[in-house]
Amino acid sequence: MTTSQEEISDEIAKIQADSPRGAPLLDFVPYRSTALRHPTKEPRHVDPEGAELLTPVFGHSDVAAIEADLTVQRGGEPIGERIRVHGRVLDGDGRPVRRQLVEVWQANAAGRYSHQGDQHPAPLDPNFTGVGRCLTDDDGWYSFTSIKPGPYPWRNHHNAWRPAHIHFSLFGTDFTQRLITQMYFPGDQLLALDPIAQSITDPAALARLIASYDHSRSEHEWLLGYRWDIVLTGSHATYLEPSDD
Amino acid sequence: MTEATPGQTIGPFFHHALAFPGDSELVPFGSAGSVVLHGYVHDGAGDPVPDAMIEIRQSDASGDVPRVGGSLRRRGAGFTGWGRSCTDGAGHYWFSTVEPALPFFAVTVFARGLLDRLFTRIYLPDAADAIDGLVASRESDGRLQFDIHLQGPSETVFFKFPRT
Repeated sequence: MTTSQEEISDEIAKIQADSPRGAPLLDFVPYRSTALRHPTKEPRHVDPEGAELLTPVFGHSDVAAIEADLTVQRGGEPIGERIRVHGRVLDGDGRPVRRQLVEVWQANAAGRYSHQGDQHPAPLDPNFTGVGRCLTDDDGWYSFTSIKPGPYPWRNHHNAWRPAHIHFSLFGTDFTQRLITQMYFPGDQLLALDPIAQSITDPAALARLIASYDHSRSEHEWLLGYRWDIVLTGSHATYLEPSDD
Repeated sequence: MTEATPGQTIGPFFHHALAFPGDSELVPFGSAGSVVLHGYVHDGAGDPVPDAMIEIRQSDASGDVPRVGGSLRRRGAGFTGWGRSCTDGAGHYWFSTVEPALPFFAVTVFARGLLDRLFTRIYLPDAADAIDGLVASRESDGRLQFDIHLQGPSETVFFKFPRT
């Protein structure tokens, strides 16, 4: 018999009491697929050098402006709650990450990905791929127009549901700042039950993955606004700058 | 210092979003001076990881790390020093690239079931001062081969940088 949500939630509570941490625990039993996919050795401490200190560069030759609007890519209107998600990408020292690539992907309003591996029997939306890209502006701001994704079931345990989320892929100014993460929505009751979100065992750190509703960016008779800022780790290119003395 | 936004797994459904034509060809496959870097990603049971994504960042053959755009629209672009390869059903990744003068490929690993990215390096076979276990082997046809083990007796050496 498969594990129940109660058992998973008990496992999560025990681990969180032992080790509140701001980064996800790679060895996190409640998320069953981590069992054979987490390293067991301590990571080796290494100073970055060469290519690790320089991020790849993307420009307007890479990303068309229309790729930031996930509601207009297929000619017709996708079904669901129209939203705008915007925010700033900062580095660990609070500096904006300028003109850098942001990639997003998400399920449609019914909780189905436009991916051949997704077998959830919810409808595909012919007008929605759930894939977008943009470049941050000169102050580190990004903005996407989309449809609010639906929650969806997965097979981690019995009656397991992922909270609604948008996947984000980010680059900083050095390669060591590379980040892939998930943005969640405020007030989602599934967050507390979700082993992927709860692998971040410090609640304050998990809160940094939750967007806030931003009425100032909602548009009259058109869409709802959400704000989500992203902070990357610190840049080593500055940190390791050699001194002359 | 501001607190960093935590990572989360790439999940299983990223291919249609992150793969793009030419993503793993930093230079065209089979072009003059090109080399193939490839290998398999394994889990702790030695089984393939068919839903991983590997990215590399590297210098060119003269030691410069390019700071030019064009990676997402490779046609006609110069060498950008960055590439991305999603593993196939056998857990195989591959790149067509040039051998970097700075003697390693910087590597980032993502996968379903892996809650945060991992960093490592792949050194060229003749690199001086390579980190043990992170050296590619040269196959008889000239390709560079390096397997990534997320766990197990051959677990790959992964890194912690000072600020990560």
